[in-house]
Amino acid sequence: MKVVGIVFANLHERNIPELTADRTVGSIPFGCRYRLIDFTLSNMVNSGITDIRVATQYNYQSLMDHIGSGKNWDLARHSGGIKVLPPDKQGSPGHGASRLETLKSIRDSLSSIKADYLIMADCDGICNIDYSAILQDHIDHHADITMMVKRSPLTGTLGNRITLVESDENGNITGLARQPGNRSEEYDIFMNVAVISGQYLRLILQEAFSRDYHSLTMDIMMKQIGNYVYRVFRYDGTFAFINSLQDYFSYSMKLLADGSFRHALFGIPERPILTKVHNSPPTRYLEGATVRNSLVADGCCIEGVVENSVLFRGVHIGKNAVVRNSILFQNDRVGPGCSLNYLIADKNAVLQEGCVLSGHPLKPFFIAKSEVL
Amino acid sequence: MYQKKECVAMLLAGGQGSRLYTLTEKTAKPAVPFGGKYRIIDFPLSNCVNSGLDTVGVLTQYQPLQLNEYIGNGQPWDLDRTRGGVMVLPPYQRQQSADWYSGTANAIFQNLQFIDRYDPDYVLILSGDHIYKMDYEAMLSFHKKAGSDCTISVLQVPLAEASRFGIMNADETGRIVEFEEKPKHPKSTNASMGIYIFGTDVLKEYLISDDADPKSTKDFGRDIIPKMLADGKRLFAYPFSGYWKDVGTIESLWEANMDLLGVTPSFDLFDQNWRIYSRSTAQPPHLIGPDASLSNSLVTEGCEIYGTVENSVLSDGVIVEAGAVVRESVIMSGAVIRKNASVRYSIVDSETVIGEGARVGSQESPRAPIAVVGGSLEIPPETVIEAGEMVNASRLDEIRRGGDKR
Repeated sequence: MKVVGIVFANLHERNIPELTADRTVGSIPFGCRYRLIDFTLSNMVNSGITDIRVATQYNYQSLMDHIGSGKNWDLARHSGGIKVLPPDKQGSPGHGASRLETLKSIRDSLSSIKADYLIMADCDGICNIDYSAILQDHIDHHADITMMVKRSPLTGTLGNRITLVESDENGNITGLARQPGNRSEEYDIFMNVAVISGQYLRLILQEAFSRDYHSLTMDIMMKQIGNYVYRVFRYDGTFAFINSLQDYFSYSMKLLADGSFRHALFGIPERPILTKVHNSPPTRYLEGATVRNSLVADGCCIEGVVENSVLFRGVHIGKNAVVRNSILFQNDRVGPGCSLNYLIADKNAVLQEGCVLSGHPLKPFFIAKSEVL
Repeated sequence: MYQKKECVAMLLAGGQGSRLYTLTEKTAKPAVPFGGKYRIIDFPLSNCVNSGLDTVGVLTQYQPLQLNEYIGNGQPWDLDRTRGGVMVLPPYQRQQSADWYSGTANAIFQNLQFIDRYDPDYVLILSGDHIYKMDYEAMLSFHKKAGSDCTISVLQVPLAEASRFGIMNADETGRIVEFEEKPKHPKSTNASMGIYIFGTDVLKEYLISDDADPKSTKDFGRDIIPKMLADGKRLFAYPFSGYWKDVGTIESLWEANMDLLGVTPSFDLFDQNWRIYSRSTAQPPHLIGPDASLSNSLVTEGCEIYGTVENSVLSDGVIVEAGAVVRESVIMSGAVIRKNASVRYSIVDSETVIGEGARVGSQESPRAPIAVVGGSLEIPPETVIEAGEMVNASRLDEIRRGGDKR
């Protein structure tokens, strides 16, 4: 049985434009040292999938740099391994392309994959899942497509830009919706992870191409419900959708505040989240450093006060600077005497001496990549 | 098919390191953790790569498992090469005989075949027990310019300490006229750092004749260098300045770790122009708890700090529970310091648990001899481990049997 993973690195950019100005959703940094794609890739590798294709359309320089040869995920292999698939000769469908359009743009590369099953996963969900269970469920029910869903009320920004899945008591999908009728109910939310049979994928790609379909859910699944076996697979573990900058901020803070959330992601010894190794030295805490309730990557140098914050690699906090409730990306420099609260600073930002900046928990202050203040 | 290399490095990593006591019970000295996320061998290996040397033989003998596993295919140092790269060289059985490496020179002698494959013009001999950053390429240029048969890098040491080292007495051109091993009355302060560059032909000639000499101890310092000097060969001292530390003893290992601390540390790991590479375990970021207090310390990924850490170096995955205090100490991977325990002036090896309320090491400044707790031990709550004490599994049994809480 051959199982191939397809990772969509670009989808959902429009949900979080601040962090995707020059990177894919997959290469959004998260949790001090990871990128969102690390969760998807690690889930696949930890589920025994070692033949992975990463579909990407644009802005993929940081993604390519991050993945490299794939050795950090044990995916630098002769047989299988990881391959990044930019659009082939038909060109990119452009910004905001759908899953089906992305698949169409790499149709040539896909046609060479003789997989029995494919696991398709986007990069906007943070979770640590063993995909074996959904795969087995898919096989047991001779399904064509099995969608992984999470039962959840539509809180926060959830409810925008998601797919709701309706199903009968046997787990067969009866309908798909974009907009909820009633926001107060619980829904089965598509986690953007699905298993598809190889044969069926080839069939629908052919059809999508010849009939110029754009949406897997609306143009294909909705029209063919009843003719094929579409199923739901409910997942009830930890799952975080990054649907906006606000989600990004609140889930980063949840890493600090909620030990069980942190543990569900990083505390499973047999399923580590793997990432690119940077070879940073350990973090230096100098005299005058006061750090509380924070997550800190390697390679930082801290001389000031840090509270309830997430610090990526190589961040420097100057003397008497106070950083609270903030997320500082790789190599950010916070000058002496700065005071920051509810702030997200993209990588290589420089906050010169004495900057005072504050956002709001629901609207964190955002500083773009390499910005100097 | 082997590509010719100008210079091949041979790293002597077989030493037992018995003066590190329990730290080297189960591992070779070069594999002893250092500076939070490194092992001692990372320093010579990174120096090689940063100096443009891509072919390194690592000679192993004592407890090689961890070291072999650590080196692996050499990928962390970019030494996973098609032509060259890093190669672990254990002693092996030959048709006529099978011997352990009986000395530094014998170890190289037994691996002349490895050197021959790359047909190098020069061979660099390194040892795996020093912490330093050095450009071996500059030393090689010096060697070539001097028309040297053997170049030995030397460090200026205080006169008072010179009698602990091999001292190279050189003339004004740098040519070595005399070598004295640990002299009582040193004539100069040029201490050998145990780093040699030989012309390959000269090296082979001397190794072969040394092997045939039954009186020889098969050691570079004791046998090869004196013989070459007696024969009037051209030996030169290459002056090195910068940080260099032999970490062969508990006290010096502790000191070298402390040298990484401070605003301007004596040894800077953050130097982007000379990076030190290591094999990483890819753990989550470290977590600082709500009541933690940290000062002047190095903390590595995977740690969880809820207590107090001062003037210390913590490797990956160390847990310091609430109320626990770690000061002036080196704590290695995965060790756990339980509630209200206090560890001071100590080295705690990997995976060891210091029980609640235990007291390890001298609790007062100024500094007393460093206490050492070996790896994978469970120190019972309220145990007291005195300054300078070495605790391994058998010593722990004694402490337990005696109901010894002192």
